Amino acid sequence: MKVALFIPCYIDQFYPHVGQATLELLEKLNCNVSYPMNQTCCGQPMANSGYERDTEGTTRQFIETFKDFDYIVAPSGSCVLHVKEHQPCLKEGGKEQAEVQAKTYELSEFITDILKVDTIQGSFPHKIGFHSSCHGQRGLRLSSSSELNEAPFNKAKALFAGIKGLEWVELARKDECCGFGGTFAVSEEALSVQMGKDRLSDHLEHQVEIICGGDVSCLMHLQGIAQRNNNQVKFMHLAEILNQAIS
Amino acid sequence: MSHPSQAAKFLKDEKRAHWHDETLWFVREKRDISSKKIPEWEELRKIASGIKDHVLSNLDNYLAELEKKATENGIHVHWAKDAEEHNKIVLEILKKQKCKAIVKSKSILTEECHLNPFLEKNGVEVVDTDLGERIVQFMKQPPSHIVLPAIHLKKGDISELFHKKLKTQKGNEDPEYLTHAAREHLRNKFLGAKVAITGVNFAIPETGEFVVCTNEGNADMGVHLADVHIACMGIEKIIPRRADLGVFLRLLARSATGQSITNYNSHFRSPAPGKELHLILVDNGRTNQLARDKFKNSLKCIRCGACMNTCPIYRRSGGYSYGSTVPGPIGSILSPGIDVKKYSTLPFASTLCGSCSDVCPVKINIHEQLYEWRQEITKAQGITGKGLSMQLANGIFKSPLAYKISGKMLRATLKTLPNSIIYNPLNAWGKGRDLPATPKQSFKEWYQKNRS
Ligand code: SF4
Repeated sequence: MKVALFIPCYIDQFYPHVGQATLELLEKLNCNVSYPMNQTCCGQPMANSGYERDTEGTTRQFIETFKDFDYIVAPSGSCVLHVKEHQPCLKEGGKEQAEVQAKTYELSEFITDILKVDTIQGSFPHKIGFHSSCHGQRGLRLSSSSELNEAPFNKAKALFAGIKGLEWVELARKDECCGFGGTFAVSEEALSVQMGKDRLSDHLEHQVEIICGGDVSCLMHLQGIAQRNNNQVKFMHLAEILNQAIS
Repeated sequence: MSHPSQAAKFLKDEKRAHWHDETLWFVREKRDISSKKIPEWEELRKIASGIKDHVLSNLDNYLAELEKKATENGIHVHWAKDAEEHNKIVLEILKKQKCKAIVKSKSILTEECHLNPFLEKNGVEVVDTDLGERIVQFMKQPPSHIVLPAIHLKKGDISELFHKKLKTQKGNEDPEYLTHAAREHLRNKFLGAKVAITGVNFAIPETGEFVVCTNEGNADMGVHLADVHIACMGIEKIIPRRADLGVFLRLLARSATGQSITNYNSHFRSPAPGKELHLILVDNGRTNQLARDKFKNSLKCIRCGACMNTCPIYRRSGGYSYGSTVPGPIGSILSPGIDVKKYSTLPFASTLCGSCSDVCPVKINIHEQLYEWRQEITKAQGITGKGLSMQLANGIFKSPLAYKISGKMLRATLKTLPNSIIYNPLNAWGKGRDLPATPKQSFKEWYQKNRS
C-alpha cells in the first residue's frame, strides 16, 4: 500500500512539525509513506473566495502529483473536503480526477476506516479539549453533528479512547464553529475574532490543558487569539498527540 | 452597506452581542431537545424534502389546481408578478371596502413587498398584530428574524418603548405586565378593522384550502372579526395534499421554537357567509430562482428560522446586518437571486460550517449554495483586484518551484516585519490575533534534508 502524504501549504510553511508528526505516526502504523516533492496547495483558498474556476492549474498539479498512489492522506479535514468536493472538473481529468478524489483521506478517517485501527494504545496524561472543525465534521462526517438525530460518534475520540491518562473534556457547545473559515477570517475580521474568542472561552471554562484538533487552520486562528490575550493554553494537532502517545 | 461593516458595528457592544448569541442558542438547544424526542426525525426531513422537490418540479400544475379548487370554494384568487402588483391588488380591495385601517398577522411576504409603507402612503393605517412585529413596528424597524421579529431587543428596551407608546409604568419590565398592555392595545385595533391580512404557511391544491400558523392566535382573531380576509402567499408555499400537512406541522414548530406544535394552526377553505376571502399568489422573483438549477431548492424553505438560530454568524451579527427581508443563511441564498449586486457580500458572511444545512427541516443544502453563489458573484463582478490575486495564486500553486520560492519569501518577510505593517490582508488578521511564529524551514525543506 503506497501512501502519499499531502501536507497543505500553510502547514508546510508554518507548521512543519505537524507534517513531521503525521509522517512519523503513519510510519508507526506500518504504512509505506512518501511525500511527493511536487505538491503545492489544493486550491481551497481560491475556491472558497469564489474563484474555483481559477484553480484549474493548481488542480492539475495536484492530480499529477498524487495520481500514482494508493492513498493520499492529509492532516487537514478542510483541504481533503476541498479535493473531494470542490475541485473544478478538469476536461481531461475524467477518471483520473475521480480516482484521486476518492482515495484522498483525512488522517483520523484514514486510520479508522482504512487502516481499521479502532484505538491507539499509549499514554498521554493531559486534559484535552477537542475542536471539531466544521469541514471535517459536517463535510467529511468525522464526527456526529449535534443538529442531526443520530447516534453520537467521533473518530478522533475513538482513537484517543485507549490512551492512558488522556482526559477528553466535553464542551458546552460541542461542535460550534470557531470562526476561521479561510478568507472569512480576513474579510469578516470582527466576526471571526469574536467567534474565536467564544470558542476559546468554552475550552478555558472547562480548564483544558491542550486544545486539540484535526485542522491546523482553526487551531492557528484560536492560538492567535489566545496569544493576543496572553492565555497559556497549549495547542496540538491530533497527529502530534497520537504520535507522542505511542512513543 | 456590506455585511462585514454591519457585523463589526453590531459587535462593538460586545455584551449585547453576547446576549444575542446566547438567546438564540437557547432556542437552538430547545429545538435539539425537541427534535431528538422524535425517533423518525431524519426520516421526516427526508420525506418533507422529497415532497417539496416534487412540488417545485410540478409547480405550474399545482398552482393551477389550487386556483381552480380555491375558486370553487368561493375564494377570490389573484396573481401578482411582483411586489408592486401585489400591493396594488391589496389597495384595490381596501378601496372597494372603503377601509382605512387594517390588522395584519405576521407575514414575511408582505414585508418583502414593503406593503406597510405603501398602504400608509395611501392613507391606510396598518397594525401588525403579532406581539414582536408590533414592537418593531413601533420602533419603525423591520423584523430582525423571521420567527422572532424582535429578538434583538431586551426587556428593558421594550419596557421603555411601551412606556412611550402605551403609557405603561416607567421601568416596569415584567413580561406579563407588558404583554397585557400590548394585548389591550391590540384588542381595540382588532375591533376596529374591517379587513384582516394574513400570510400563508401551507396552501393545499387538493382541497383548495390554506393553513396559517401562529402562536398568539392573532391571525384568527383578526380574520374572525373582519369582513374581509386577504391572504398573501409566495407561489412556493404549496404542499400537494392535506395528508402531507402532518409532516410539515411536526417539523415547523420544532425547528422554529422547539414547541411540539404551533399553538394555532388555522385552516381557511371558504369565506364565512356574508364575508369575503381573497388569496393573492405572488411570484416576485420566485420563478427566476426556480429557473436557476443550483439555487432552485432554496424555494423549499418553510420559514422556520432554524438556520438563523443555529448560524454562528447570524447569532453574532444580528438580523439587520444582512440588510434583507429574510436574513441569515437562507436569506443569503435567496437575496442574491433578487439583486446580486446589492447582496453581494451575503454569501461570504459564512464560514461554510454547514450547520444550517444539517438543521434545515427540508434539507436545503444551504452552505453548498452559499459556496455556489460565491462563484457566481465573482463572475458577475468582472475583473477585480481580488480576482487577479487569485489568478496569481493559481500561477504560484501550479508550479512547485514558484510555490517554493514564494513560500520562502513569505516566511522571510513575516519574520522581519512587525504585525502592523504587514501587507493588507494579513493586517486584518493581526487586529485581534497574533500570527504564528515562522519556522526556520518548511516541511518540504525538512523532508528534503532528512528523508530523501
Ligand atoms: S432554510 Fe430551512 S432552516 Fe432555514 S428557515 Fe428555511 S426551512 Fe427553516
